[in-house]
Amino acid sequence: MVDEGLKIELGKQGVFVTTIEELYNWGRKSSIWPMQFGLACCAIEMIATTMARYDLARFGAEVFRPSPRQADMMIISGTVTKKMAPQVVRLYNQMAEPKYVIAMGACAISGGPFKQGYNVLKGIDRYIPVDVHIPGCPPRPEALLQAFMTLQKKIEAQHLTGAGRPRHLDAEGQGEFPVPVQGEHDLEPTSNKGVWPLPVIIR
Amino acid sequence: MKTVEEIRAAIEAAVPGAGVGIVSNPGPSGQHSLRLNPSHAAAVAKFLRDDAELALDFLSNVTGVDWPDKEIAEKVKVSKAVDGVEQTVEETRKRVEPGCLEVVYHLFSVARKHGPVILRMRTVNRTDQVELPSLTSIWRSAEFQEREVFDLYGVVFTGHPDLRRLLMWDEFTDHPMRRDYVEPDDFEYEPTAHDAVAARAAAHQEPREGKVAGQ
Repeated sequence: MVDEGLKIELGKQGVFVTTIEELYNWGRKSSIWPMQFGLACCAIEMIATTMARYDLARFGAEVFRPSPRQADMMIISGTVTKKMAPQVVRLYNQMAEPKYVIAMGACAISGGPFKQGYNVLKGIDRYIPVDVHIPGCPPRPEALLQAFMTLQKKIEAQHLTGAGRPRHLDAEGQGEFPVPVQGEHDLEPTSNKGVWPLPVIIR
Repeated sequence: MKTVEEIRAAIEAAVPGAGVGIVSNPGPSGQHSLRLNPSHAAAVAKFLRDDAELALDFLSNVTGVDWPDKEIAEKVKVSKAVDGVEQTVEETRKRVEPGCLEVVYHLFSVARKHGPVILRMRTVNRTDQVELPSLTSIWRSAEFQEREVFDLYGVVFTGHPDLRRLLMWDEFTDHPMRRDYVEPDDFEYEPTAHDAVAARAAAHQEPREGKVAGQ
């Protein structure tokens, strides 16, 4: 890393100094293309965020791709039912690395107000790794923009070598996440232990 | 529009032997229902739709009700031998009255602008005799709604063109809206649990010292 003061001094002289990592991450974070994936009411807020007033395109989410193959990010907006959960995991598997997930709204985080419903999955982070959670029911468009910026900061801070490197540069990284099977009473397994280590409730 | 009694009389005149009963609604809405006999349900439904005065052409809602088995304890006077002497002793006998599944139809008339007329049909019991005739051939909107009642309550509609589950997946075996449905065990993370949920979540938590798990 180059010293910030030195960078600014050189910049004043017309010399632009950077590292490969900074440039790489700048390119990645500034062009995240989300997938068209709205499930319920939070999708309406997501659409509002893409419209003129809270324009998401100025942050790099220029187009929402309909195909998971061409998308970088999935915004899970809305209640994930147990009937839909295997398809969500399948779509996530079909996305190419590097891929990110934003869990938008209370339902995607933990089941939300419908948590005790017979068909409600208690949070999509049971099966796929989630990068940013946005609380709210629904979260305001500004909250989605802040989540997008948080994700951008997270990408910017990622090192390309070493333990915390992104999955697409990690040969041992998990590629495909197991798709839950719709069993006789519930999804099997109820959660993916590798992705969702049981949160400890501190009383 | 006619009152419930008048509609019943009209049905009896058009479909003889239909055996329609009235289930009264004691609430302030006063929307009493007509209880149909499953064997004549299709004929009665056709009359209600095609009659010139009633013209109930719009089926707005089909829903189900689960009446669970009731345990009735009644005091019975029985002559029993107590210490060798015949005596009449009061005994409490427990009796189980079998429950049933009920399907409720709400009908309106778009042509005459009146309604609702409410129909009810009951199955024989909740376990093996759960068939009722489907009214999809008379009102098309019953198609999806009867599928939902089949999915959530388990009522089998004979004559339905496509009786599959609607909200749950096909391999699912339970009927979630029944009274005896137990949710599957996915209560690993319940941070603000109370009452019944706390009891279910207790199995996944480690017991705290000095307190019962789940509180």
